Amino acid sequence: MEQMDWKILKEIAELEKTPQGAYNFRVNGALDARQVTANIDITSKTDKPGIDITVKPGTKGESVHIPVVLSQTGLTDVVYNDFYIGENADVDIVAGCGIHNTGCETSQHDGIHVFHVGKNARVRYVERHYGEGPGTGENILNPRTEVYLEEGASITMEMTQIRGVDSTVRDTVVEVAAGGECIINEKLMTDGTQTAESNVEIILKGAGATGRVISRSVGRGESVQVFRPCMTGQADCFGHVQCDSILMDQAKIKSIPAIDAQSVDAQLIHEAAIGRIAGDQILKLLTLGLTEEEAEEKILEGFLN
Amino acid sequence: MLEIRHLRYDVTAENGGTMDILRDVSLTVEPGKLVVITGPNGGGKTTLAKTIMGLNQPTGGSIRWNGQDITSLSITDRAKAGVSYGFQQPPRFKGLKVESLLALAAGKEALSPGEGCQYLTQVGLCADDYIHREVDSSLSGGELKRIEIATILARRAGLMIFDEPEAGIDLWSFAKLTETFERIHKTGEATLLIISHQERIIQLADQIAVIEAGKVTHWGSREEIFPKIMARTIPGCGYMKGGEA
Repeated sequence: MEQMDWKILKEIAELEKTPQGAYNFRVNGALDARQVTANIDITSKTDKPGIDITVKPGTKGESVHIPVVLSQTGLTDVVYNDFYIGENADVDIVAGCGIHNTGCETSQHDGIHVFHVGKNARVRYVERHYGEGPGTGENILNPRTEVYLEEGASITMEMTQIRGVDSTVRDTVVEVAAGGECIINEKLMTDGTQTAESNVEIILKGAGATGRVISRSVGRGESVQVFRPCMTGQADCFGHVQCDSILMDQAKIKSIPAIDAQSVDAQLIHEAAIGRIAGDQILKLLTLGLTEEEAEEKILEGFLN
Repeated sequence: MLEIRHLRYDVTAENGGTMDILRDVSLTVEPGKLVVITGPNGGGKTTLAKTIMGLNQPTGGSIRWNGQDITSLSITDRAKAGVSYGFQQPPRFKGLKVESLLALAAGKEALSPGEGCQYLTQVGLCADDYIHREVDSSLSGGELKRIEIATILARRAGLMIFDEPEAGIDLWSFAKLTETFERIHKTGEATLLIISHQERIIQLADQIAVIEAGKVTHWGSREEIFPKIMARTIPGCGYMKGGEA
């Protein structure tokens, strides 16, 4: 792997060397490096691009890194990754895609991830999207994530896209069985003429299922964002959708949270707020000796921390 | 030394007229002194504090700090010159952690656990419980206020202005806070200007200024001014007594 690819790996997965545990590095549409462990197997699909990741039941405290790097301009990469998490397993999965585009052609990565999480298993999923490069070509990322949680299973998803992605349409669908829990922490910042659209659907299917969506975003420049988080309750369950956005410059943000109760016992709440940085926050930081620019950056950094 | 000369602050009222919020305020605070500003609500105390910090631009007069004329300096430059101000109603920050806010105040990338503990203990908060909390609506008004005061302690500026630091704070934390003011005063590390109505804080003062209707109506040593304030708090309405109060 080249030095540039490592730089991008650091941005998306905080990796400076090959990690402990299982990993699969995909660079410019092809396998670059892979390691499996006694409990985590990774195999390439034979019918389409992508991998199957199988975690044995009861596996505890292991991690899987599956970053994708695109440093060749004009490449469109579509991958299908399926995760099979065994019962009672407890694992961290670090995904993410970084694009370094030096040319004038569009670089695009569409990752389609499907998680099958067995009974009482726990997954922490971290996904970072990042783009850079001096080229004029667009960086496009269109991820689709489907999660099927069995009884008592849980997933925490941290999905972050802070800079350099010109266009993104993100679809996330999660089905939660009885006693299961899904927490989605989404962080997004767009600038310039970037566009981002995020559609999240959580379906709470069984008794005691819990769902939370905490979405924070910042729109700068002339960028445009659209959020459509939807929480559906089909049983005695609890769901909470919270969308907060800071609007700057000439950016536009549309937030359309929805709650859909299909059972009399479903408790569903949604909150959404969009606004500029509060003036008194800036003033407070000025009185600590920061300039207005520094104050804004610190406020945004905290908001998206 | 803080020297305020003939300070004026006027705003345009809704009816188009002028409202004088500060009318010719002059005060001199010697280095290392603790001065309490007190007086009725709406008299101009907070406006004066904000004007010293640069949050309001005065319409007349001058402010000098350690010999430097800071009247036209920006808020940032005044802060860098050593002026600090604890807000009466501090803002909340979604996502920003107490440790980050205190580090910003201290002008450092990060605080050591010892520093974080020191600043929070001085306002009656346990660092273990608060240092990783977000400065958001999960904090009560009193907790937020104490964190605000901790930011001023972390700044270690030469001039510390506190705006009703006691407001919303429980008795136990208030006792801790007065100890902290007393300690700073004793060491002489900062000049303290405290807007307060609390007898225990007023008792710490070297000098007291009473501000009413935009003017300094009383100014002098605690021994001289405090009995006058107490005399005026005796129940009774001046209107019923023919305006003699």
